[in-house]
Amino acid sequence: MTKQVQQLDRVIIRFAGDSGDGMQLTGDRFTAGTAEFGNDLSTLPNFPAEIRAPAGTLPGVSSFQLHFADHDILTPGDAPNVLVAMNPAALKANLGDLPRGADIIVNTDEFTKRNLQKVGYEVNPLDDDSLAEWRVHAVPLTSLTVRALEGFDLSKKDAERSKNMFALGLLSWLYHRPTEHTISFLQQKFAGKPEIAKANIAAFQAGWNYGETTESFSVSYEVKPARLAPGVYRNISGNQALAYGLIAASVQSKLPLFLGSYPITPASDILHELSKHKRFGVRTFQAEDEIAGVGAALGAAFGGALGVTTTSGPGVALKAETVGLAAATELPLIIVDVQRAGPSTGMPTKTEQTDLLMAMFGRNGESPVPIVAPMSPSDCFDAAIEAARIAVKYRTPVMLLSDGYLANGSEPWRLPEISSLPDISQEFTTSPNAEDGSFLPYKRDPETLARPWAIPGTAGLEHRIGGIEKADGTGNISYDPNNHDLMVRIRASKVAGIDVPDLEVDDPDGDARVLVVGWGSTFGPIAAGARRVRKNGGKVAHAHLRHLNPLPANTGEVLKRYDKVLLPEINLGQLALLLRARYLVDIISYNRVRGLPFKAEELAGVIQDVIDSD
Amino acid sequence: MTELINGKGLSLVPKTDGKQSLKDFKSDQEVRWCPGCGDYAILAAVQSFLPELGLRRENIVFVSGIGCSSRFPYYLDTYGFHSIHGRAPAIATGLAASRPDLSVWVITGDGDALSIGGNHLIHALRRNVNLNILLFNNRIYGLTKGQYSPTSEVGKITKSTPMGSLDKPFNPISLALGAEASFVARTIDSDRKHLQSVLREATAHRGTSLVEIYQNCNIFNDNAFEPLKDPEVRDDITLRLEHGQPIVSASKAVVRGANGGVEVVSRSEVSDESILVHDAHNPDPSVAFALSRLDEPAFEHVPIGIFRQVDRPAYDALMSEQMEEAVARQGPGDLADLLMGGDTWRIG
Repeated sequence: MTKQVQQLDRVIIRFAGDSGDGMQLTGDRFTAGTAEFGNDLSTLPNFPAEIRAPAGTLPGVSSFQLHFADHDILTPGDAPNVLVAMNPAALKANLGDLPRGADIIVNTDEFTKRNLQKVGYEVNPLDDDSLAEWRVHAVPLTSLTVRALEGFDLSKKDAERSKNMFALGLLSWLYHRPTEHTISFLQQKFAGKPEIAKANIAAFQAGWNYGETTESFSVSYEVKPARLAPGVYRNISGNQALAYGLIAASVQSKLPLFLGSYPITPASDILHELSKHKRFGVRTFQAEDEIAGVGAALGAAFGGALGVTTTSGPGVALKAETVGLAAATELPLIIVDVQRAGPSTGMPTKTEQTDLLMAMFGRNGESPVPIVAPMSPSDCFDAAIEAARIAVKYRTPVMLLSDGYLANGSEPWRLPEISSLPDISQEFTTSPNAEDGSFLPYKRDPETLARPWAIPGTAGLEHRIGGIEKADGTGNISYDPNNHDLMVRIRASKVAGIDVPDLEVDDPDGDARVLVVGWGSTFGPIAAGARRVRKNGGKVAHAHLRHLNPLPANTGEVLKRYDKVLLPEINLGQLALLLRARYLVDIISYNRVRGLPFKAEELAGVIQDVIDSD
Repeated sequence: MTELINGKGLSLVPKTDGKQSLKDFKSDQEVRWCPGCGDYAILAAVQSFLPELGLRRENIVFVSGIGCSSRFPYYLDTYGFHSIHGRAPAIATGLAASRPDLSVWVITGDGDALSIGGNHLIHALRRNVNLNILLFNNRIYGLTKGQYSPTSEVGKITKSTPMGSLDKPFNPISLALGAEASFVARTIDSDRKHLQSVLREATAHRGTSLVEIYQNCNIFNDNAFEPLKDPEVRDDITLRLEHGQPIVSASKAVVRGANGGVEVVSRSEVSDESILVHDAHNPDPSVAFALSRLDEPAFEHVPIGIFRQVDRPAYDALMSEQMEEAVARQGPGDLADLLMGGDTWRIG
């Protein structure tokens, strides 16, 4: 039987199943094959905080969405073209996102009376016409897998476990993905259990062959490789890129990296990743709590290390006092906040941009802290280096605001030339700086206002620092009112004077009257939304802030250049508050706080509405 | 084991070439404790002890938290970090773990170490970070002007407890032993010779040494340790702990108790052979713990000296070992290799 092959320019697939079904792994492998094939891609894992929620229930559904295309893309896609639903819960939880005509591949074996009842289906949706508007492919994935593995020395349960590989094989056939990588991956992953390795590979191949032979699929699809800029690429998640960026910052600053951290979702993977790279002189310290994590990082910074702490919002709240101490003692420190839905515990695995004002103001006293926010998973690499550059050059704590969407999402990353990375090294102070031959720990560089960084072990520069207000120059304890006013202003000026690049505006025609501004992880959806508007003849400019404190010097001028300024944020208007106060511009906010990234279509509509309104 | 116990504590800290004196360790800052405070005696004892170590002054760091005692680093001409309430052990951990060439001291008080910073203290102890922690215990909050502390006796009448405090105090020695500390000692501000002898052993110990120093706050809790200073009774109630020596005071002796613990009896009632000989190096901390409980009821008899001094790898050494092992296994890190390490593909 020869099957028809149809060309597509892009596809969005969502794998959904129970938390124990291995959907994240399946998505990861499909992504690896897609990356190898040369498509541009973007991914969005979405999983519950519970490690194993009750099987077959709606809260236990875990999904992985992948968008891949023959051109460059900016988001993991709004609505899936294909849903793989491993059980009734996965179907029910994701059906609302599916556009009419989308393909649904269901594992019919799991559509038992009991499983249907668990999620409130009174009638099997495969039996009535409730799925009529979609193309349903009913596949008994579990039993086909078990049958394919009959010759193996495996329990039925172990055989059933390979059903995700069967599904992966089927989808790999459907979209012409290369298979070699998945096979060698399985061989490596189960190197110690050859029988399991062979079974998984057999299930994967059985899935592929099933696609080839079954009548349920009459068409397969091809998405040609994308024409991306020349270079060497790899697929990378935000957390991994951030960890690599910190290692690169350590190399480029010639400072040993010290990470003090306490496990917290969704930041823990940075700790995991860095702990693998001790050969770079990286010290990772899993502290007793969030406060000790940042405290140890600050202590290491006092000793001349590149001190870093990684956490999420609840952890930043706990670290606030120590960040203030770093601001007062003017030591370099990087605080990575992988933002998640709050307040309090909130929704740990869901994304948000709600910590901006905490990063900006969440400390006692006048305690300014620079803020850098990466725009995409791969930008986490560069943003980490930038945060380190500022911390080291200006001797200041720096907040790096990532979020759950960047942390777990992935995209192809064109690897930078090592020689192109900036040299961010600074000299330690090694000799007295006062005319009388003494050492003044708070005598500043006139240009940057940075104070000298003299580390223990340096003879003749013994000095004391601390959280109590310091006399200008000597750093001795001072309660003098005018000195305090001076020091407050110096610390503010130092941060306000940090050199950050100008804000760039993307306005292809140059005559837009509406500007959409964003910050951090909304870059992809905003840029994709703006593209759609332009495709339909609309005029819109897009500017994206990567530095939130200080803001680029031309920010006010850019904002005032347009008739209308739209600012979408996954919060209730935190950056809008800052920009309105600072520049007196009547910003139009668009806010959704659903724990999910914006969709391109959604933002295209919002932008168009602003263009159309008077 | 004894080889490591003796003198390895500062083996990685560079020695000075010149001669040092007390004067070298005095900073130019005016000391601002209340006249008569026990902190003066401790400061003088530390300043006159430091030259004995013969370390490069620039390789000594004092880290403190918040409280009266935590002003200590400002008065020493070494590197110093006056941090925030309770967090000194955490900050010092980062410093000591990344800089094995430093002699790192933590100066803390009963409120700082045992109340707001209790968590950091116990974890520093179990990790055995190479720190000397001096815990000034005056059993009161001084800097906030006289509230009861986690070591105040039950029923303490203070500004915040006009009808008496309700909570049972911590015994810092018991707490430290329970937290897997490898070096635990107690001394007193008024006995410089003893204080310095304990510091000598504490600095020689590689790992965390916790030294509780009974310190008199003459403003808010005056004479808290008076029985230990009163010539009439002090020799009878002070049980000196010296490794390899019988545990006795002028009139009392410690013997094995019937219930597996220890008890104090009149010296005249027992033969010399039945008196417990102190073994600070015993890997089993249960006798040390039993000794730490003898101060109840308060001041009937008080053990002073080194309760426990056992050898255990220091945290920084273990951390460095892993890093060296990683280099030995995989070679030193190369950034280009790291970035190219995943599945890569080339375009163009």
